[in-house]
Amino acid sequence: MKRLVLALILCLAAVNAVAVNPDEVLDDPVLEARAREISKGLRCLVCQNQSIDESGASLAKDLRILVRERLVAGDSNEQVIDYVVSRYGDFVLLKPRFKSYTLALWLGPVLIVGLGLLAVIIFFRRRTSAAAAAPAPLSKAEKKRLKALMNGES
Amino acid sequence: MTMKRMMFLLPLVVFMVIGVYFAIGLTKDPRKLPSVLINQTIPEFSLAPIKGRDRGLSSEDLKGQVSLVNFWGSWCIACKIEHPFLMKIKEENLVPLHGVNWREVDPDDGPDWLKKYGDPYTLIGDDPKSKAAIAFGVYGAPETFIIDAAGIIRHRFAGPMNQKVWDESLWPIIQELRKQ
Amino acid sequence: MITEFGHYALVTALFAALIQSTVPLVGAARGDGAWISAAKPAAIVQFVLVAIAFAALTQAYVTSDFSVNNVYENSHSMKPMIYKVTGVWGNHEGSLLLWVLILALFGCCLALFSRRLPPSLMARVLAVQGMIGVGFLAFILFTSNPFLRLPHAPLDGTGLNPLLQDPGLALHPPFLYLGYVGFSVAFSFAIAALLEGRVDAAWARWVRPWTMAAWAFLTIGVGLGSWWAYYELGWGGWWFWDPVENASFIPWLSGTALLHSVIVVEKRDTMKAWTVFLAIVTFSLSLLGTFLVRSGVLTSVHAFATDPARGVFILILLILVAGGSLALFASRGPALKSTGLFQPISREGGLLLNNLLMSAAAAVVLLGTLYPLFLDAIGGAKVSVGAPFFNSVFFPIMTPMAAAMAVGPLLAWKRGDLFPALKKLWAAFVMTAAAVIATWSFHSDGPPIGLLGMGLAAWLFTGTLVEFAERAKLARVPLLESFKRMAHFSGASWGMTLAHLGLAVAIAGMAGAGSWKVESIQVMKPGDSVDVAGYQYTFNGARQRQGPNYSSTVGSFTVREDGREIVTLQSEKRVYPVRNMPTTEAAIHTMFLGDLYAVIGDPDKDVEGGFITRLYYNPFVVWLWAGGLIMVLGAALSVADRRYRIGAPAHRRQAATAKV
Repeated sequence: MKRLVLALILCLAAVNAVAVNPDEVLDDPVLEARAREISKGLRCLVCQNQSIDESGASLAKDLRILVRERLVAGDSNEQVIDYVVSRYGDFVLLKPRFKSYTLALWLGPVLIVGLGLLAVIIFFRRRTSAAAAAPAPLSKAEKKRLKALMNGES
Repeated sequence: MTMKRMMFLLPLVVFMVIGVYFAIGLTKDPRKLPSVLINQTIPEFSLAPIKGRDRGLSSEDLKGQVSLVNFWGSWCIACKIEHPFLMKIKEENLVPLHGVNWREVDPDDGPDWLKKYGDPYTLIGDDPKSKAAIAFGVYGAPETFIIDAAGIIRHRFAGPMNQKVWDESLWPIIQELRKQ
Repeated sequence: MITEFGHYALVTALFAALIQSTVPLVGAARGDGAWISAAKPAAIVQFVLVAIAFAALTQAYVTSDFSVNNVYENSHSMKPMIYKVTGVWGNHEGSLLLWVLILALFGCCLALFSRRLPPSLMARVLAVQGMIGVGFLAFILFTSNPFLRLPHAPLDGTGLNPLLQDPGLALHPPFLYLGYVGFSVAFSFAIAALLEGRVDAAWARWVRPWTMAAWAFLTIGVGLGSWWAYYELGWGGWWFWDPVENASFIPWLSGTALLHSVIVVEKRDTMKAWTVFLAIVTFSLSLLGTFLVRSGVLTSVHAFATDPARGVFILILLILVAGGSLALFASRGPALKSTGLFQPISREGGLLLNNLLMSAAAAVVLLGTLYPLFLDAIGGAKVSVGAPFFNSVFFPIMTPMAAAMAVGPLLAWKRGDLFPALKKLWAAFVMTAAAVIATWSFHSDGPPIGLLGMGLAAWLFTGTLVEFAERAKLARVPLLESFKRMAHFSGASWGMTLAHLGLAVAIAGMAGAGSWKVESIQVMKPGDSVDVAGYQYTFNGARQRQGPNYSSTVGSFTVREDGREIVTLQSEKRVYPVRNMPTTEAAIHTMFLGDLYAVIGDPDKDVEGGFITRLYYNPFVVWLWAGGLIMVLGAALSVADRRYRIGAPAHRRQAATAKV
């Protein structure tokens, strides 16, 4: 949280405004909604994992305006995002695209859950087979104790 | 080694891999973000002049010879640190240095700043709305781009330039580009 | 003078920790009673010494002794007293000192309150605690010493970051650290168990309350952080999947898994190695969080740890603690034999599913948090992994988990039957359907995730109540007898019910706040009104106000519903001259179904007397923190469970050992 705070300080230091300002908002509510949607996926470059929609940084503001200008000019959402990516690289996307180098990121969760399930299945398989095979052999301590008990009785 | 033992060893192996990455990560600066525009033609732009000048800066001006484009603003503290070095580039006439005056709140701020500290720039474009800055993929000021004679971006340096970086990386690149 | 005294105390504490980490361990290995008994006094002495050091630093802050560099850099004479005190941990050095203080406190509490622990186990647990203490005390003394003096005392300090001058954020670190460090107890128990080669029900009973307490503190810490973000950042956001937030959330997830697996060890004598593993991992993840925050590997803002030596030191510490314990786990873990057998559909099976999904969630969040670093380290592309990624992978894992939570507690141990359990949940099915329909009728245009969330919350809430009623035999035996049964429920079982109810409430909060927030951003002149989600906000104008160390613009809004006045909100925009930084103080009026939320912005350039205002209706958002509090209350009841303090099984165990 503290790091976030510091990032925010950097962002706030630039301008005394938080996020979207009234003068940026488009008159067309449909376009504005699209702009908000796009903005939520674009990283405020000077901030810590904040989107330009949430950031008060001046560059974020100009990017928000750019997004809106492009939408007004008739760009599709993808075209707008592609343009920003062409300037700043994939770093600007908060949701990385599915590419060779993000393969591990996107398949990772599936793999983790899959491996976990596999481990659980193996766990139950072993348990049932072990239980079916024979009662667990006595441990060293148990043997010792058994011996002691038998000695005590005899 | 049995399968069971391997399962117990797995967490250690995974952690060690993470540890190695951390060690490498410590040697890197997360702030260093390479430009994706290297070896690409400069974006089309045309900026108006700042107050007191009658020529602005456009993409056409960056073609024909190797030049530098420096993004700066009077609000930027690091630019002030860099400024004496820019004056030196100008005085020694090393390479044409163009400026993009980025995001001034008041149109007088940039010109006033140059009046106070000196004007190192050949041409200056005014960029109050980050038009050129976004087109160049600029994160913060100062940032300096090396443009070759064909108008292709060859290098970007983020942060204030100084003699050391100049001698070690920037000047060699400029000389290399001039040979081509 | 007092500062130097504190410094010496800290150095001496390092030596106490060294003794605590070595002597008892040797004693336990050799079975030497005298060496074993060194553990307790060493732990107590270490705590007293660290407490002296901490008090000395606090004294320097309270008296604004700017000859101490740390005070100069992080305090200011004009600051209100409360923030002088909390400023002690509002910086890198001080926060580490707080970390060590809490660690020593836990060690001291262990030494004082766990008298029934077998002496060799106790010695080993305290020795491991001592080792962690050595690491962190050395870290402070060698790289982050808060007691360094300046040659010439400046006239005044540079001030504490205004964003930290806030009650929520001031209390956030202590709770976070109580959680992080609290998991060190479970960790030490795990290492001691590996050294001793045994894990049994008694071990689980000792571990459980400590883990529960740590988890409760971490829950408060995470909750405070998100609540702070909600009221301070000025647009009603409460979770960002920021790397630093994740650093505290990942141990919370694995700690939650640990809480549940310890139950299986206690009741059923199985999943032992896994539980030990989780205890190691949870504390290692806490350390990892500390590493990520303190080293600056992930984040571009280097203000906290500018010194690369710190990053290297803490990485070495992390490798020693996590690597060392995982190596011990690899060599000793396979020897931990579990005996209890169970079917997949059973109470244990449910807890196992919880563990699977919770651990998977922790791993996935960890993967996303570290991925940019991994890619960068192999020289790959620079990428960002932000909220959209985490939302798209986290919720698919958590949704089945919350759904299964209603069923699990209804299953019998060893072998349960799914269909009878689902049959008992008929009321939950009805309530879920009712919740979805009711939600849809109000918000038919909202995102489907809102419907899902509300349905899930209703399902879990009702399901948990059904389980509670089942246990109390409500409506099956006379009411009085049901009440009698309830009165005999253990603290732990009340705790479970409350914690699960709390999560249900929190899910409703997340779903509501995430789905149907209404926002209105505009320029308003005094007298202007705006309608936000059926509430009329009237701007009464703004005035200037002078605070103790800031000046502020206070915007006043009167909110009416159908002409009836509800509340007048006073939102502030503060400027702290020492750091020349603005902060926003949102004005919030909390109601049962949602918050009225108003923020005053800058004066508008074009409209005379106009201000930029941001007005929100944040539905259900308070449920989020209310749910968190209910969870914490559940954990508190569980910790208070008498069975864990009396330690009856310890008697039996000692008696059994004595007989052999």
